[in-house]
Amino acid sequence: MLRENHRGFKFDWITIVLFLLLVVFGYLNILSASHVGEITSYFDASQLYGKHLIFVGLTFVLIVLILSVEAKFYERFASVIYIIAMIALVGLFIFGKDVNGARSWYGIGSMTLQPSEFAKFATALAVAKFISDLETNMKTVKDQLKVTAIIVIPALLILLQNDAGSTIVYLAFFFVFYREGLQQVYLIIALSLIVLAVLGLKFGVLITAIIATLVLISVYFFKRKNKGSIFQYIIALIICIGFSYGVKLFYEHGLKPHQQNRISLWLRLEKDPVKLERMKKAEAYNLIQSEQAISSGGVSGKGFLQGTRTTGKFVPEQHTDYIFSTVGEEWGFLGTSLVVLTFVLLIIRILYLAEAQKSQFSRVYGYGVASILFVHFTINIGMVMGLIPTVGIPLPFFSYGGSGLWGFTILLFIFVKLDSNKINEW
Amino acid sequence: MRKLLLLTTVILVGLVFIARLFYLQVYNSDAYDIFEDTAIRKEYNYPKRGYVYDRNGKLLVANQPSYDVMVIPREVSPLDSIELEEFCSLLKITKEDYENKLSKAKNYSYRLPSPFVPQLSKKDYAVLQEKMRKFEGFYIQKRSLRSYQTNIGANVLGDLGEVNRRIIKRQPYYKLGDLIGKQGIELSYEDVLRGVKGIKFIQKDRHNKNIGPYKDGIFDTLPKPGKDITITIDSELQAYGELLMKHKRGGIVAIDPQTGEILAMVTGPSYNPNLLVGRERNKNFSRLFRDTINMPTFDRGLQAQYPPGSPFKVINALIGLQEEVVDVDDKFTCRMGYYYGSRRLTGCHHHRSPVDMNAGIAQSCNAYFVNVYRRIVDKYDDAGKGMNIWADHAKSFGLGNYLNNDLSVGRKGRIPDGNYYDGQYGDNRWGSTYIVSNAIGQGEVEATPIQLANMAAAIGNRGYYYTPHIIKNIEGDSIPKKFKTPNYTTIDKRHFEPVVQGMFDVFNKGTAQSLRVPGIEICGKTGTAENFVKIDSIKTQLTDHSIFVAFAPKDNPKIAIAVFVENGYWGSRFAGRMASLMIEKYIKGHITRTDLEDWILTHSLENEYKKPYSGEPFKINGETTLQVIDKNAVEVINGNQNFKD
Repeated sequence: MLRENHRGFKFDWITIVLFLLLVVFGYLNILSASHVGEITSYFDASQLYGKHLIFVGLTFVLIVLILSVEAKFYERFASVIYIIAMIALVGLFIFGKDVNGARSWYGIGSMTLQPSEFAKFATALAVAKFISDLETNMKTVKDQLKVTAIIVIPALLILLQNDAGSTIVYLAFFFVFYREGLQQVYLIIALSLIVLAVLGLKFGVLITAIIATLVLISVYFFKRKNKGSIFQYIIALIICIGFSYGVKLFYEHGLKPHQQNRISLWLRLEKDPVKLERMKKAEAYNLIQSEQAISSGGVSGKGFLQGTRTTGKFVPEQHTDYIFSTVGEEWGFLGTSLVVLTFVLLIIRILYLAEAQKSQFSRVYGYGVASILFVHFTINIGMVMGLIPTVGIPLPFFSYGGSGLWGFTILLFIFVKLDSNKINEW
Repeated sequence: MRKLLLLTTVILVGLVFIARLFYLQVYNSDAYDIFEDTAIRKEYNYPKRGYVYDRNGKLLVANQPSYDVMVIPREVSPLDSIELEEFCSLLKITKEDYENKLSKAKNYSYRLPSPFVPQLSKKDYAVLQEKMRKFEGFYIQKRSLRSYQTNIGANVLGDLGEVNRRIIKRQPYYKLGDLIGKQGIELSYEDVLRGVKGIKFIQKDRHNKNIGPYKDGIFDTLPKPGKDITITIDSELQAYGELLMKHKRGGIVAIDPQTGEILAMVTGPSYNPNLLVGRERNKNFSRLFRDTINMPTFDRGLQAQYPPGSPFKVINALIGLQEEVVDVDDKFTCRMGYYYGSRRLTGCHHHRSPVDMNAGIAQSCNAYFVNVYRRIVDKYDDAGKGMNIWADHAKSFGLGNYLNNDLSVGRKGRIPDGNYYDGQYGDNRWGSTYIVSNAIGQGEVEATPIQLANMAAAIGNRGYYYTPHIIKNIEGDSIPKKFKTPNYTTIDKRHFEPVVQGMFDVFNKGTAQSLRVPGIEICGKTGTAENFVKIDSIKTQLTDHSIFVAFAPKDNPKIAIAVFVENGYWGSRFAGRMASLMIEKYIKGHITRTDLEDWILTHSLENEYKKPYSGEPFKINGETTLQVIDKNAVEVINGNQNFKD
């Protein structure tokens, strides 16, 4: 074990330092992105940065609470926590509050609480609990369906509340399933479907069909053993064509116009310059502003509180989903690569710790934490830089918001607690 | 294997992100330039542009406020038909204009202001200002424009125009919409007159609203006003020169030999400088610049290179004396021309023969100067060496190269040397007889009127000149030192006296006897230069150019002048008359020979200039009759010519 345990500090300090780095840097950027005029008091609760400082303060209370609870508690009560979280999500349909068209918040006085942020760790606990059950075998279809149901319930509830972004996060559990024994063929199918969807949208169904045919023919000829019957290949081809056609139909008729436009911009599907111009002013406005802000930061940035686009509030939602653009403008390439590096190191550290766990519950949960953080990190930063279509989800520990910060803190520190307990296992 | 999927994906995504960030922030990002930052509004505070005074303290160029009606299309509320009618009549535009201008502004930007009706008159502004509140989205912006206090000197004063993108790229001080000197002193003294504009950096938000000074205004600056300048031009003499030049093409340049100050710099045809200010500027500008026949924006005093003709003979006389190949008393025979063997190399007119130097200059004998010139070139065995020495002497009079002064335009002229003819004929495959035209200021020699005036100044000073310049005084600054140091010619002072005497005798007994001015001893030299144009690719001869070069008085001259009148025929006919009138005007302040003045004012060469474009065969020189115009058609107001549009 590489950990320095001899001083009696049993929590993994690398994870905690990386976490603190992100929270503090996140707070500084929220301060920059949300202040209007002079900053009179950092504790001014009427300002977003003042509120966020309170959230950060409460986070430490939360951490102490989580770490002082017996580690076994989380495993034992995983199902109960999951059920409470699901009830909270269902309750939104009756007591929830609409913000920006999504029914994702409970209003408590002037405070709001977003249960979907807490449903993530609850789901991770439930998944860990289910998989680590001695009777569960991930190779059987029955158990695969059961574990899928655990993630589909929250995902569906959140989708119905009109928060498509948070729904996508639940795909993260695929990594967990795969680690715990899901067959390789699912990975191949998943990757093929992604490729088919993108190809079908970008180049049309016909070209996709031709490519699929060529790939299948070469697979048939290069495979030495278990070639299988030719009919299997024909059925596979029909499924491929059908899927890519289905994606196209869904894109054209199933998506809302703004979602359609986001994908169209990402794949550069629109050729009509007039429509393109209109899209740039609507759906692509955020992206263009955020890319310009990031780009204008250059190598070393304009300096803390000196970003002209941040001060002028050019990037909408900059303190929440687009907070990374503030880093880009004010701290430059040095700041942004530091953030990326910190996230990558944190996720790798969690994966490393997870693999070192003796209990399967802890390992699966750790994998769940790493996967959820990874998906958030990839989608958020990828979106802010224009690498993937716009999906509104926050950057963990960084974006403004109490629910998000607390949700991720609980997610992470339950794992820190589980990890610290590994000595006592066995 | 199963352990590695997420790990490798994380590392891969990290690398892709760093690469993308590198592309956005390092590879694709220029160094931060606040002027490129669209989040910062730059508000300029334009300083007062320096005034321009003439040598006698008369104000020539001042500033005037101008009012532009600006529009921000997004903020315009639709006008009902009564309001629209009122608005249009206030702005003096039609309803169609209103729609056109508005859609033009919309094409540019909905959010940013663009000029709707530029440069209102003061009167229109006063009426409009009261009612402006009624029309949302429109406002009036004040600017400063040049205000010319005179109708003369367009070529001297120049004008201001908006900077183009090329200038902005070269000189980042200028921003789109700024004015810059385009010609004349506005161009050559741009840095002095302009001052330095002040700037305010203002942080704006995404709705384009100001939200406060950028970094508390630490980068903001106050404007520095431009400096006033005094130029060497005598505006009365300039006006008189322009009056005389009416209905003719050519240039007059007058210089004070004792200082090199340019007293007058006339080009004809010219235009009223007020045409290039205000609402009509663009229309007038393109009309003036597209007039390729009259070329009113071509400064013939500075830019036109003509064969100098006979005035150049005095340079050959001086070189001959300096090189000691001829003596003042040496006489040469003239048999109505110069003969080489039995071949006549150049013709001459009727005068007594043989002639010495004095008579050679006074009578402008071609044969005399071909003899002198050949002796100079043939002094050495190698004609190339002789030509080089000849050229060095000639160039020391400021000929054949830029004067390196403070005027915005100029030409080199041409003084050929040995290398030039080696290039033309082949090395050493030519001799002095090939190039005798240079002896009489034709052939390959070319000069601009200002070079000839400067040459006259150098002769009048007996061997030196000050670089002709136009700046007399800069407020709180000194004028460049190079204008205060004399440039010496390569000719010894003692050789000038006989030549000056010859030029004096041009008036006493030579080609300019009719041009004497009572009480003023003028030294001068007439010139007549043949010239040709191509009409339908056939080389066609036109009426000769009329040239006159002079300085006065004979001792300690106060004015040196060159006058060039295109197709004016012989030297004393137009150029000589005009030169003597200019000298009298400058030295005496008034004209005693009103008949001579009347003759110039009532004779036009405009028919002469139409000939090459008529498409019909025409006659030249002595076979033509002069066009006489009604004197009353020439308006004389305080010696200023009034430009009629």
